[in-house]
Amino acid sequence: MPLLELRQVTRRFGDFTAVDHVDLAIDAGEFFTLLGPSGCGKTTLLRMIAGFEQPDEGQVLLDGVDLADSPPEARPVRTVFQSYALFPHMSVEGNVAFPLQMAKTPAREIPKRVAEALEDVRLTGFGRRYPHELSGGQRQRVAIARALVTHPTMLLLDEPLAALDAKLREEMQIELINLQKQAGITFVYVTHDQTEALALSHRIAVMNRGNVEQVDEPSKVYRFPKSRFVADFIGQCNLFSGTVAARDGGIVSIAVDALGTVRVATPSTIAPGTRASIALRPEQIRIGASQGDTASDNRFRGTVSDLLYMGDVTVYRVRTDGGAEVEALLANSQTGRAKFFEPGDAVEMDWPAAAGHFIED
Amino acid sequence: MRKRRITLAKVAAAFGYAFLYLPLVIVVVYSFNDSRLNAEWVGFTLNWYRTLFADDDMLVAARNSLVIGLCASAVSTVLGTMAGFAMHRWKTRVLPILVLTPIAIPEILVGVSLLIFFVLLNFTLGLVSVAIAHIAFCIGFVAIVVRARMAGMDESLTEAARDCGATPWQAFRYVTLPLIMPGVIAGALMAFTLSIDDFVITFFTAGAGTVTLPLQIYSMIKIAVTPEVNAVSTLLMLLTLLLIVIASRLSPSLLRSQESTP
Ligand SMILES: Nc1ncnc2c1ncn2[C@@H]1O[C@H](COP(=O)(O)OP(=O)(O)O)[C@@H](O)[C@H]1O
Ligand SMILES: [Mg+2]
Repeated sequence: MPLLELRQVTRRFGDFTAVDHVDLAIDAGEFFTLLGPSGCGKTTLLRMIAGFEQPDEGQVLLDGVDLADSPPEARPVRTVFQSYALFPHMSVEGNVAFPLQMAKTPAREIPKRVAEALEDVRLTGFGRRYPHELSGGQRQRVAIARALVTHPTMLLLDEPLAALDAKLREEMQIELINLQKQAGITFVYVTHDQTEALALSHRIAVMNRGNVEQVDEPSKVYRFPKSRFVADFIGQCNLFSGTVAARDGGIVSIAVDALGTVRVATPSTIAPGTRASIALRPEQIRIGASQGDTASDNRFRGTVSDLLYMGDVTVYRVRTDGGAEVEALLANSQTGRAKFFEPGDAVEMDWPAAAGHFIED
Repeated sequence: MRKRRITLAKVAAAFGYAFLYLPLVIVVVYSFNDSRLNAEWVGFTLNWYRTLFADDDMLVAARNSLVIGLCASAVSTVLGTMAGFAMHRWKTRVLPILVLTPIAIPEILVGVSLLIFFVLLNFTLGLVSVAIAHIAFCIGFVAIVVRARMAGMDESLTEAARDCGATPWQAFRYVTLPLIMPGVIAGALMAFTLSIDDFVITFFTAGAGTVTLPLQIYSMIKIAVTPEVNAVSTLLMLLTLLLIVIASRLSPSLLRSQESTP
């Protein structure tokens, strides 16, 4: 049985449906991420798990028990708020001790538990400080210590790193992974940052307009997106859409406007004449001045129209002879070269049928 | 042109403040004047203060004022805080209107209606009726100050408290209340000064035998403005000023009434 189960959970604000019949099952010990663009209903969903919002329809079950009648204080679930929400009139110790006091922990046990929690987030020695005397990263750690001190079954984190700068964010990501492993607590993590989701999670639920579009492991979400939205939202992606022209032994040929016939490997038994799409990651494309005479499933000629130098890699935007835009990516790992092509260069692109991912529209 | 307008504004302001404060300054100065008449300056004396502290009627009135003020501020602070909390928590239009209307209604109407109310209930007029009347008109003021303070509070703090296992009451007791405490204290001080100074409502609800400081001063003035009246007015002014300073320190938004509700 999953630890947390959402069944047809729906939340409306007036005419607007913020969360629309969501089904989810999260297992004990998982690092589970809700990923989606701003306004897609991630926070609302999290607040229904925490008990700050009531679903208009559907159920939230924890260990098989419906939480409908449990107020937030009765749920074995803790939230790390995006604003940290530390109590400004209490010291760090006071903040971390608060959940213990509410849980009627014996007074002589509290200092030990607080010290342990602060040690877990590497804040030993900061107990006497007040929240306004801490940096953003330290406040974040206090919020996490406060949430973990009572050993809850589940931790809900709402964009906890969004307010930190890039460097600190990366550090905290690693710490979060370690904390989760060490504490063995189920994390439900909310973010709109796809790289963060890919790096941290065991599984990701990609949300769009109140709906969950796909639930999968990071590599699956990246490699096998179920919808055009998921393909587009996670990382850079070429999306070719067209009409199925032929299906032949696991290879489907699609006539893509402005590009031509693109072949993709798929077990799908789609009928010719149907609209469909292909998602192709830029790094799956081989790009060169000429690819020689070897046979290839997909080969297109074009001209470099733009390039985006990103340090480790360069993204080339290629305009094919048919007029389609394709993005290809090359690692700049060869010594002494910053980039391989300049705008205006003629190039040839090439990828096997297995590189693309078939999406039924 | 621009410069002249600024100087004009300054002069106007100076006149305005002079108009406000000059009478007060005169009262203070005459309370130390060694003469029965409020006319020319004769010399410095503390005699009028001595007379004051030997005047039994005055002392009784002062004691009554103090008792009423303490009761009124204590009770109205509790009720006003609850009203302010309710206004913040349930953002309807009705609550603020209900709480704030008594402030806008002319005092004389409040006085008369309270008098009628007490008479209808057959309630004996005296210290208790005055205290109840004061509580009634102080609640609104406390509620405004408390709500302003709450409006500046991070909404997620109460949720965080609940999340940490606090019941709604515990969340209020351990998180909301400490954070709005400056506003609550400011409200209490304000209620106390309003009560100590009140004349109109007290006049209607005090009945025959009960006297407070403002009533006592009024009855003395009916004969003549004696230096003793100046002395007691000075002391009252000093007390009020002190409390207002403390209140405004605790709740700076009080002095910036325009910005008090962000
Ligand atoms: N209390 C509310 N009242 C009205 N609309 C709300 C409320 N809370 C959220 N919404 C709306 O619901 C949608 C989803 O919000 P939210 O869950 O905060 O999105 P996310 O966290 O994914 O950015 C948004 O369009 C937001 O405007
Ligand atoms: Mg959000």
